[in-house]
Amino acid sequence: MNSDNILVKLNNVGFSQNDKWLVKDVSLIVEKGKIVTLIGPNGSGKSTTAKIALGIYKNIEGSVEKYTDNIGYVPQKISIDWTLPLRVSDFMTLTETIKDDEINDALSLTGVTHLKNKNLGNLSGGEFQRVLLARAISKKPELLVLDEPVQGVDYTGEIALYKLIKKISDTLNCGILLISHDLHTVMTATDYVVCLNGHVCCSGTPIDVAKNNEYKTLFGEQASQILSIYEHKHDHEHSHEGDIKKN
Amino acid sequence: MFDDFFIRALVAGIGIALVTGPLGCFVVWRRLSYFGDTLSHSALLGVTIAYSFDLNIALSVFLISSVIALILIQLQKKTNLPGDALLGLLAHSSLAVGLVVIGFLTFIRFDIMGLLFGDILAVTTNDILIVWSGGALILIILKLIWKPLFASTVNYELAEAEGLNPDRAKAIFTILMAAVIAISIKMVGLLLITGMLIIPAAMARNISDSPMKMVVYSIIGGLLSVILGLFSSLEFNTSSGPSIIVAALILFILSLLNIKQSIKLKN
Repeated sequence: MNSDNILVKLNNVGFSQNDKWLVKDVSLIVEKGKIVTLIGPNGSGKSTTAKIALGIYKNIEGSVEKYTDNIGYVPQKISIDWTLPLRVSDFMTLTETIKDDEINDALSLTGVTHLKNKNLGNLSGGEFQRVLLARAISKKPELLVLDEPVQGVDYTGEIALYKLIKKISDTLNCGILLISHDLHTVMTATDYVVCLNGHVCCSGTPIDVAKNNEYKTLFGEQASQILSIYEHKHDHEHSHEGDIKKN
Repeated sequence: MFDDFFIRALVAGIGIALVTGPLGCFVVWRRLSYFGDTLSHSALLGVTIAYSFDLNIALSVFLISSVIALILIQLQKKTNLPGDALLGLLAHSSLAVGLVVIGFLTFIRFDIMGLLFGDILAVTTNDILIVWSGGALILIILKLIWKPLFASTVNYELAEAEGLNPDRAKAIFTILMAAVIAISIKMVGLLLITGMLIIPAAMARNISDSPMKMVVYSIIGGLLSVILGLFSSLEFNTSSGPSIIVAALILFILSLLNIKQSIKLKN
């Protein structure tokens, strides 16, 4: 592994709140141009792990090695105080001063150019989510941390945005730490999967994880069948009578 | 045409309004109005200490307000009391201690009313110097921390995640609050300084749709309040502080008309 490509590395990190471990003993690496996806049930510590990687949680166990400051973040929950008069265009330049045409480019990538001068408080959930993603990518980050980036987005939009995320990772050569509930996406557009359940229950390539027994216990047989469907699609030599598990 | 003292008050007041405009926006956005009250109440203690040890009033007020802010942060960390209770505790105890100390300082004649409500007669050339140099410094520092402070006001985690160091910006902003109180105490009086921070900013919120517009309108509102307030203070022989705040209030009421209009337009 080329260490020059490492953007962030978590070494056995853990975080506890009120004497309860939210996550423990998590290690992972995000490299340039790679998408690492965190999956796991509710409360398994996905967002916590992302926040540890970002340095939002400070009193942690283990260590975080970060090799970039140019980070774009889409949080899972965001509460914005509406005492602030804030337009989409103001929000776009929140953490970085970027040019007007760069703002336009990012907004058009996520399909919300028409919202540029709207007040942030008047957007729908899906529109706001698209603006959040546009803001995170507009600064051309080296590392993108996306926590459920397409929640509330309509179905066709969801597919388009995941395609966009994949494209961004290729064109900007940035590393992406993605949290997603959508196992379809995880299994098709990801380089590495970390399955969390308070700790790392398994990790590896999507295929490795799908075959893992602990993963099956967490997500059920259906989850591993998702992968089978995709393998059928991509593997033309595969016989329809063939047993998937042997693949 | 006008007496020198009035010109001095006007020049100092304009300097104050230029600083309270942008700072006041952050006070409204970050919900710090009661925090501002606490700092300004503690200013009385600062003034008495200045008299006791023959120090510069602005400097002494600045130091005491900063110390009170630090104590507040420590208390927040070490106790389970809610923030507003701690603010109330510090505000009233520092005010009480200040008043008690005044009681002991029998050898000095105090203009308590001037201290509480501002006195335009009291503004000296030296005060103008302090207001304008201190004010310029405050604005320069605010400009430097604007990005992290504003980003963390919108969302702390975004600012922290994207490397803007919001905690440092917040600490510096607290010091700026103490500084603005220190430079405006003579003019506005310690009971009304927070009004000077909040009311023009609140007025500006009613007529703005972007943060920068709100800052600009807040400054304009503050300037108008100072000018109108000081003229009426001269005309009706009222304390300068209340006169300025009443002028700000009138502007705020006028700005409400704008809200009604925009609600009508929406419907």
